[in-house]
Amino acid sequence: MGCIYGLVALGFVLIYKATELVNFAQGDLLMLGAFVCYMFVIWYGVGYWAAFALAIAIVALFGAALDASVLRRVIGQPQFAVVMLTIGLGAIFRAFASMTWGSEIYTLPTPFSAKATRVGGVTISHEYVSIIVGTVILCAVLYAFFTYTRVGVAMQAASQNQLAAYYMGIPVKRMFSLIWAISAGVAAIAGVLLAPVSLIDINLGFIGLKAFAAAVLGGFGSIPGSLVGGITIGLIELFAGAYLPHGFKDVAAYVVLLAVLAIRPQGMFGTVGRKKV
Amino acid sequence: MRFVFKTSYAQDLGLFRDGVQRNWYLALLVGVAVLPVLVPAYVGDVSLVFIYGLCGLSLMVLAGYTGLVSLGHAAFLGIGSYAHVYVTQDLGLPWLAGVIAATVIAAAAGVIVGVPALRMTGVYLTIATLAFALIIQEVFARWDAVTGGLKGKAVSKPVIFGVSFAGDNAFYFLCLVVLAAGLWLTANLLRSPTGRAWVAIRDSEIAAQSMGVNLAVYKTMAFAYSAGLMGIAGALFAHKIGFLAQDIFSVLLSIQFLLMVVVGGLGSLHGAIFGAVFVAMLPVMISQARDALPAMLSQPFTLFGKAAGDTVFLALDRFVKQPGLEPGIFGLILVLFILFEPLGIYGRWLKLRVYFSLFPLYKAATFRRQKAYMRSERLR
Amino acid sequence: MTFFAADGLVINFGGIRAVDGVSFEVEQGQVFTIIGPNGAGKTTIFNLVSRIYEPTAGTLVFCDEEITRVPPHEIARRGIARTFQNIELFEHATVLQNLLLGRHAHKRSRFLEELVFLPRVRALELEHREAAEKVIDFLDLQPYRDSLIVNLPYGVRKVVEMARALCTEPKLLLLDEPSSGLSVEETEDMAFWIQDIRTLLGITVLMVEHDMSLVSAVSDRVLALNYGRPLAVGTAREVQEHPDVVKAYLGG
Repeated sequence: MGCIYGLVALGFVLIYKATELVNFAQGDLLMLGAFVCYMFVIWYGVGYWAAFALAIAIVALFGAALDASVLRRVIGQPQFAVVMLTIGLGAIFRAFASMTWGSEIYTLPTPFSAKATRVGGVTISHEYVSIIVGTVILCAVLYAFFTYTRVGVAMQAASQNQLAAYYMGIPVKRMFSLIWAISAGVAAIAGVLLAPVSLIDINLGFIGLKAFAAAVLGGFGSIPGSLVGGITIGLIELFAGAYLPHGFKDVAAYVVLLAVLAIRPQGMFGTVGRKKV
Repeated sequence: MRFVFKTSYAQDLGLFRDGVQRNWYLALLVGVAVLPVLVPAYVGDVSLVFIYGLCGLSLMVLAGYTGLVSLGHAAFLGIGSYAHVYVTQDLGLPWLAGVIAATVIAAAAGVIVGVPALRMTGVYLTIATLAFALIIQEVFARWDAVTGGLKGKAVSKPVIFGVSFAGDNAFYFLCLVVLAAGLWLTANLLRSPTGRAWVAIRDSEIAAQSMGVNLAVYKTMAFAYSAGLMGIAGALFAHKIGFLAQDIFSVLLSIQFLLMVVVGGLGSLHGAIFGAVFVAMLPVMISQARDALPAMLSQPFTLFGKAAGDTVFLALDRFVKQPGLEPGIFGLILVLFILFEPLGIYGRWLKLRVYFSLFPLYKAATFRRQKAYMRSERLR
Repeated sequence: MTFFAADGLVINFGGIRAVDGVSFEVEQGQVFTIIGPNGAGKTTIFNLVSRIYEPTAGTLVFCDEEITRVPPHEIARRGIARTFQNIELFEHATVLQNLLLGRHAHKRSRFLEELVFLPRVRALELEHREAAEKVIDFLDLQPYRDSLIVNLPYGVRKVVEMARALCTEPKLLLLDEPSSGLSVEETEDMAFWIQDIRTLLGITVLMVEHDMSLVSAVSDRVLALNYGRPLAVGTAREVQEHPDVVKAYLGG
């Protein structure tokens, strides 16, 4: 569970790092990813892996299109406006999903379903293993991409100073679309991995709120921070569910978040920003 | 175009620009006062507009003027509602005591959120308030003795000094008076040093600080004032909805409040009211459109025979009765506003006014926005 | 009496020592200028004086009182006002509102009084307005009184920022590069204003500046810095001819 929060949080952080937009619709992209995958598997009888790939591709394309059509216009506007914009987009996605797929709850069968491995007396179901493995692979790939490829470095440049990046000949618009595609793709992966564990319905996107808490907990703008934040929140929920009275499970994560922010307003791994005058 | 010739500094201190403007507002007040007679069917909806107006005002002070964006304002509304109902019904104290309790408790909650929020900025603050709201919502659900827990709590009609405000019209005027008072108080603050300090914090914290503004005090003050207003709105809101349940005060309500200030126009009191009208009336309009649209739109198709008309009618009817449609429309409107009119309804209103006063010399370029490039706000 | 003195100021950012043992004294009625190449730590000293940064070591004394631990918002009340290198005005407010905010240090009305706008608040507001208008007249800002800052050209903004600082009725005015981004004519105007501020208003000026013509025109004393260390103190001419200063600017 923590890995899922981490993955969604990773999506937030990717977009934030690259375009300084805070994407509240990330959770809803995750929901779309899960639904698209479900649609291919159940309605069209496509195999799981093919459907997985299709879902990622479709949602990633959708993310790029979203950037090109909508989000590009708001770059440079106050962050607050962008937050509202993505909240609005999220609402539209949910309405779209409920119209297309209805408001029923689905389950997604996967190759890992109902299989488990026993490791030293602890039973771990393969679904969870798949989430953890998926997260690790994804992180490695993204890290390599941003550090070692030209495109990745160009993206970092574009995020620090758009105008300067233009002058250096970096196709900034394409970079932003690409980053949206990647981020949407990450959301879709998280959605598909989450689908067998959780159930698919239109409110799946609300997991985004928790993931957001994870991103902030870790320190917005820090990729390892987002993963650590996600795992922390997942663990807190697990322990709160086990040891604290009923009802604390849902809020424990937020209580911890508030406590951490009260002590370190920039999150665990965030850097202290100070305006230069 | 009218020009105001100023002959004394006191002129700039008035609430209105000049006599003409004051008369317009008086006319508006008269219009609102006779509204229940003109359209009795909408009295309830317009009362809700007034209550939302208070909420909008509250969030406008915080987000629009002080620049602190809160995604947890529904929690303050809830605190106000529950405090009011608990004090008046469970403790049996008079109505006014309930409102005062609601205001004070909500303001205190505002301080509690405000103090740790002092050092946070931007996204961090938004998420912290969101987390606070989610925790408070859980408290509403668990604290049976005060809130009635998941079962909820019925609210009786307001009785003030022995006078019952049970009727729709009476309640309408109660809300109107409270909103007018709220507007007056807020406008007073905004023309005083406190309001200026808030705007200063919004535009440049560092400059505000070196001009002698104590950031901690003024930010906390903005939180407390905003939450207090929300508390008063909560007291009225409790009477309006008649039954308190914890799931009313959800994140979605907080988002609606934000929608109000954005759609209305950030940084203006007009905007808060415009936004409230919009958000409160939109569901009414949607539900009416829902009933009317399918019949209207399928009308032309009856030309191709009754069967065609019926099919279109049924399809449209099914489409508009979809449960997820309403939030989707809200979202769509929000997106369109931010893309095409970042200044909100109030901005559009100003442009219209300029258009007519300059006619026929208005140029589209008058309000053209400069192309904005992104430069990192992250500070290294 | 000590009007203003910095003694052994040190500040570290991570491993970098941006200001390294700077001491200087400003006498009342002087124009004191700090010069130095980029990155010499001039603005950092300003930020230390206005208490935005916490010094690692050293003390600041103003009017015989130590202000090293005074919170930043207290500084204005004590009589120190400042401008910023890159202009920190309240952009979505009018010039007048900006100046009135400059009066914040003299705020005497309380929250509840303001809430109902008592006659006392009105009277105080009129007082603030009178004071702001005086500054507007002094710096010839009349045409811009009601314009929003976002709509003003850069040169005017610089003047507005100085006006806002003057509205606090400071004893010591800190000007961070008053001429940066200004044309030659505007820089000349700025020189006259700085002289007027000193002679007509009797305000002591501490200034960071690059433009040597402005520096020599107005400064009584000049402090040259490099790498956070003081190189020379004296009149503009003395400092300009000091071998260490020449070396710092020309290399070698």
